[in-house]
Amino acid sequence: MEATLRGRAHKYGKNVDTDVIIPGKYCSIVDQAELGKHALEGLDPEYTTRMEPGDLIVAETNFGCGSSREVAPIALKGSGTSAVIAKSFARIFYRNALNIGLPIFESSEAVDGIESGDEIEVEPASGIVRNLTRGTEYRAAEFPPFMRALIDAGGLVPYVEKRLAEG
Amino acid sequence: MGMTLTEKILARHANLASVEPGQIINAGVDLVLANELSAAVAIAVMRKIKGASRVFDASRIALVADHFVPAKDAQSAGLARLMKEFAAEQKIEHFFDVGRGGIEHVVLPEEGLVAPGELIVGGDSHTCTYGAFGAFATGMGSTDIAAAFVLGEVWLKVPASIKIVYSGTPGPMVYAKDIMLRTVGELGIDGATYRAIEYHGSTVDRLSITGRITMANMAIEAGAKNGIFHADEKTIAYVKERTDRPFLVERADPDAQYERVLKIDIGGLEPQVACPHTPDNVHPISQVTREDLPVDQVFIGSCTNGYIDDLRVVAKILDGKRIASNLRVIVNPGSQKVWMQAAQEGVLTTLAAAGCAVNTPGCGACFGGHMGTLGDGERAISTTNRNYVGRMGSPKAEVYLASPATCAASALTGRITDPREVVVGEAALAAEPKGAGV
Repeated sequence: MEATLRGRAHKYGKNVDTDVIIPGKYCSIVDQAELGKHALEGLDPEYTTRMEPGDLIVAETNFGCGSSREVAPIALKGSGTSAVIAKSFARIFYRNALNIGLPIFESSEAVDGIESGDEIEVEPASGIVRNLTRGTEYRAAEFPPFMRALIDAGGLVPYVEKRLAEG
Repeated sequence: MGMTLTEKILARHANLASVEPGQIINAGVDLVLANELSAAVAIAVMRKIKGASRVFDASRIALVADHFVPAKDAQSAGLARLMKEFAAEQKIEHFFDVGRGGIEHVVLPEEGLVAPGELIVGGDSHTCTYGAFGAFATGMGSTDIAAAFVLGEVWLKVPASIKIVYSGTPGPMVYAKDIMLRTVGELGIDGATYRAIEYHGSTVDRLSITGRITMANMAIEAGAKNGIFHADEKTIAYVKERTDRPFLVERADPDAQYERVLKIDIGGLEPQVACPHTPDNVHPISQVTREDLPVDQVFIGSCTNGYIDDLRVVAKILDGKRIASNLRVIVNPGSQKVWMQAAQEGVLTTLAAAGCAVNTPGCGACFGGHMGTLGDGERAISTTNRNYVGRMGSPKAEVYLASPATCAASALTGRITDPREVVVGEAALAAEPKGAGV
C-alpha cells in the first residue's frame, strides 16, 4: 500500500451493501477479473463501463454492510477500483478489504469535500487524501496499531505464517 | 469492573482475566464454519499459507454445502466438490453435503455443534445465530476463516455491548420475527456496528429456542458483531439432548458496563414488516396494508425462519385452504431434519395441498442464488433477513420481510395481509406459544 493512488471519484450514498456490490448470483465466480465485471452492478450498472482503472469509490456511512462475502472487495479490486473512501465501513467488509488488499480510508471530511468526477490522489501510508479538482486536502483516520502492523506485514497470510513459525 | 456476557466469553477464550471494549485479543475458537462459497475462497487462501498443510483440529471444523445446492450450474458444483475433497483430505467429519444437512445455521445447533460459552466463527454473516445459545459467534470473510482453519484462533476487537431489555406482552399473531424487526427498525442498519447486542427482559426469557435463534440471527441486520442471549434451562436442555460435550454457561456480571441500554416495550405490539429496500425500514402491518400491495411470490424459509415451529405456523394458517391464484409460494424447510419432521407431521402435505412448492433445504432463494429468484417488477413477502436492492434476484424487484404468519396470511389473499385478519379469535392467541413466538 505504498504507491500513490490517483483517479476520479464515483460518489454514492450510505449503506452500500454487499448485495449491490456483487449480487448473490455471481458469488460462485472465483476469478477476480470476472467478478470485477459485475462490481457495483446492483447499484450502478454503468459503473464498470464508466470508470477507468485507478478510479475511487467515495461513499457515506456503513459501506459494505450485509453479507460476509469476501468476493465483494475482490470484485471492486477486480474492476480496477483503487480505493474506497467512506465515512464508515461495516465490520466484516472492513476486515475483508484489508485482508485482500483493497485500500480503504475513513474520513467524513473527505467524503463531504468530494463530488463525483473530482480528481483524487491518496497516499496510502499517511492516509492523506487530496482533491486535485478543488485543491483541498484531508487526512483519513489512522488505522489502529494492530491493523497497521497487519497491513505493513503484507496482510493476514504473512501474519498467519509468522504465528505458525512461532509454534 | 464487571464484564458483559460477550466480554466474559472473549476473556476466557483469550486466556485473560478480563477484557474491555476496544482491546485487540487473540482468541481460541471452539468451532470454525464455512459453506461452499466461503470455503472455496478460504481453501485457496490456506493453500497459499506456507507451513499450513493441516487444519488445526479436524473435529472443530464444520463444512456445509447450502448456498447453491443442489448445484445451480457447473461452476457452483465445482465449489461444492472442492469443499468435499478438502473435507476428505483433512478428515473433517462435520461435512454436510446436500441431503445430509441443510442451511448451516439450522444444522449446527441440531447436530449439537453449538453450546453455551463457546466461541464460533463462520464464513457467513449470519453466524451470529448461535448467540441464541449463549455462545459468542460472529461472521467473517474467507481469509479470516482460512487463518482460523490453520491457527484455531482469531484476532478480535472486543466490542462494546448494547443491552436491550424487552418488556410487555405483544398482541396476537406476533412472533420473535416481529420483535426483531421492530428492534432493527429502532437501532437502524448501522445502529449496532462493531457492537455486541445482549438480549434481556421478561419477554425474551419466555421465548422458545427457535424464537431466540430468529432474534440472534438478525443481529447483523443492525450491523452487530454478535447478538447474545443468556443460556437458561431451555437452552441447556436443548444442547444436552444433542451433545455430551462439556460446556460452561457464562453470565454477565451484575456490574457489567454497557455502552447503551435500550428499553423496548412490546406491550400490544402488532405484526411488523420491513419494507423495501433495507431491513430497518420497519412499519407496523396496519400501516403497510393501507396501500394495496399484491405479491408475486411468498417465501418461507431461511436461517431466520426455516424451523419446524415456523412451518407449523404456516401450515396451521393454510390448512384446508388454497393460496391465492395470482402468486406462488416457495417453502424451504431449513434442514433435512426439519424437512423430515415436517413430512412426518403432515405439514409438508398441508403446504403442498394448499398450492405451495416445497424445495429441498438451502439458502438459494434468500440471496438471489437460485430456486426462487425474483424477476423484474416482482414483489415478494419473505421470512428471510435482508431486502436490499437485488437481494432476491432482480434489482427491480421488491422484498418485504415479515414473520411466517404474516407471509402465510399474504399467501391466502395474494396481497400483503395482516395475519390477524385471517386468523381470528382463539386460534390467533393459540398460535403464539406453539410457534416461534412468545
